[in-house]
Amino acid sequence: MADEMWVNMGPQHPFNHGLWNLRVRLDGETITAAEPIVGYLHRGWEKMVENRTYPQIIPLADRLCYGSSFSWSHLYCLAAERLFDIEIPERAKYIRTACLEIQRIISHLTWLMALGTDLGSYTILIWCLREREVFIDRMVDICGARMTYNYPRIGGVRNDLPPNFARDVIRSLDLFETRLQEIEALTDSNAAFRMRTVNIGNISAEKAINLGLTGPNLRGSGVELDLRRHEPYEVYDDMDFEICTATDGDAWSRYRVRVDEMRESDKIIRQCLDKMPEGPVRVKVPRCPPKGTVGCRVEDPRGESLMYIVSDGTDKPYRLKVRSPNYINLSAAPAMLLGYKISDVPSIMGVLDMCIGETDR
Amino acid sequence: MDIDLSFQAMTMTAKQFSEMSKNFIRETMVTTGAKKAIDKLTAPIWSWGQRNALYPLHFGIACCALEMAASSGARFDAERLGIIYRSSPRQSDVLLVNGWISAKIRPSLKALYEQMPAPKWVIAMGECSISGGPWYDAYNVIQGVDTFLPVDIYIPGCPPRPDALLDGFLKLNRKITAENRGSFLED
Repeated sequence: MADEMWVNMGPQHPFNHGLWNLRVRLDGETITAAEPIVGYLHRGWEKMVENRTYPQIIPLADRLCYGSSFSWSHLYCLAAERLFDIEIPERAKYIRTACLEIQRIISHLTWLMALGTDLGSYTILIWCLREREVFIDRMVDICGARMTYNYPRIGGVRNDLPPNFARDVIRSLDLFETRLQEIEALTDSNAAFRMRTVNIGNISAEKAINLGLTGPNLRGSGVELDLRRHEPYEVYDDMDFEICTATDGDAWSRYRVRVDEMRESDKIIRQCLDKMPEGPVRVKVPRCPPKGTVGCRVEDPRGESLMYIVSDGTDKPYRLKVRSPNYINLSAAPAMLLGYKISDVPSIMGVLDMCIGETDR
Repeated sequence: MDIDLSFQAMTMTAKQFSEMSKNFIRETMVTTGAKKAIDKLTAPIWSWGQRNALYPLHFGIACCALEMAASSGARFDAERLGIIYRSSPRQSDVLLVNGWISAKIRPSLKALYEQMPAPKWVIAMGECSISGGPWYDAYNVIQGVDTFLPVDIYIPGCPPRPDALLDGFLKLNRKITAENRGSFLED
């Protein structure tokens, strides 16, 4: 038996996307213990927003997770609307659903790009970046920003869609469908990619539930749980889509789930654009909400995210709690890493889709 | 060389001798003005080499790190300007600070800067690293990277577009051209 040693992977390490530290204890090359260390990006988000009025929090919610900023500012607006007890126009709901799914595609492409570099395929990075730009352009058409959109508002969305938006999105999606096949050909038939993901980081369905995994990581273990179906918000109950699952519970199935989800997002965006009604996109909201508490959870690209707002009747929240899916997923990392080699760390942690901004808050 | 010096040279170790001769050559070069002339002649070559191969450290902190990745993608293609991201601070010239700096990461960032070899520059990308940005009243965020590192270029934006990042690198390029500093006999 070789000597055991601790290896620090981070905070500056080519494999971690975001700022965190993974300490692993090695016996030879086998991992016997792992300890993720977070907190490098902590800026006291939950405390800070107690000094902001309700509309001022929207741009800060954007910067919670920069990989999928729309889904976080949308979650905040959704929670605030339940607190104010207002109903938003039908058109705004469709716009939000379409934007959420565009954001999901962008987020998953960012993840695949990072996974590609981790596993040594630079072509995947370049191709995914190229596809990502197409969808970022659609978001630029809507609101002018590439990453931090500041587009949803309490009571709707900031502005209506630009002219010819539906046509541009359909064109982008048509292009994306063929390009996604090309990217899949690059990964699915790549022996090195398969060797580094198949049967790596296995986790059973029962264990995944006990560890609190959500989102694509849980669905990769065969558990069919998707809040878009089981607790629908916006207009997801009108949409026709599949819940993507895979049964093996290894890194490969979590990868498959995310790629399949991009196809489902494609379907949802097309349905949204088809069914989108005319009308206003925003309603007036009062300055101060009534006293009370509200909890609201949605299906983020990374899992189940929750916001819990306590209001004391003033124009600022008394308390705002964020449940970040990634913080919980990261805490499951030691269980996944145990017993695998140190060279498997990038593939196991890469498919978890790390985003430290929301983890540390 | 006087007789005293050569007598010492016989009793010296090899290391001491090389040190002594190095100092001797340096002093002669400086006093005769040869160093100045050589520096002036070779400075454009050093400067050309430095400014056209700016290797930033691959160190993503927050939102701007995604724009940093986008700038090296197919559309913006930072590599045509000689910008290649290196994973080790020992191999890089530019420290690209792209995100808010919390109290926990500040010592590591300073250590990374100190690990980089001598001609080095710092770029502050985005509002957070310039002045704290949206986190101006957060208790754990350092209000600007220039409070503890010498910053050369500031790129405003939240986050800046990849075009703005490339513009920042071109500005750094011009700054190195203007400095035009020779480094003959310097470490």
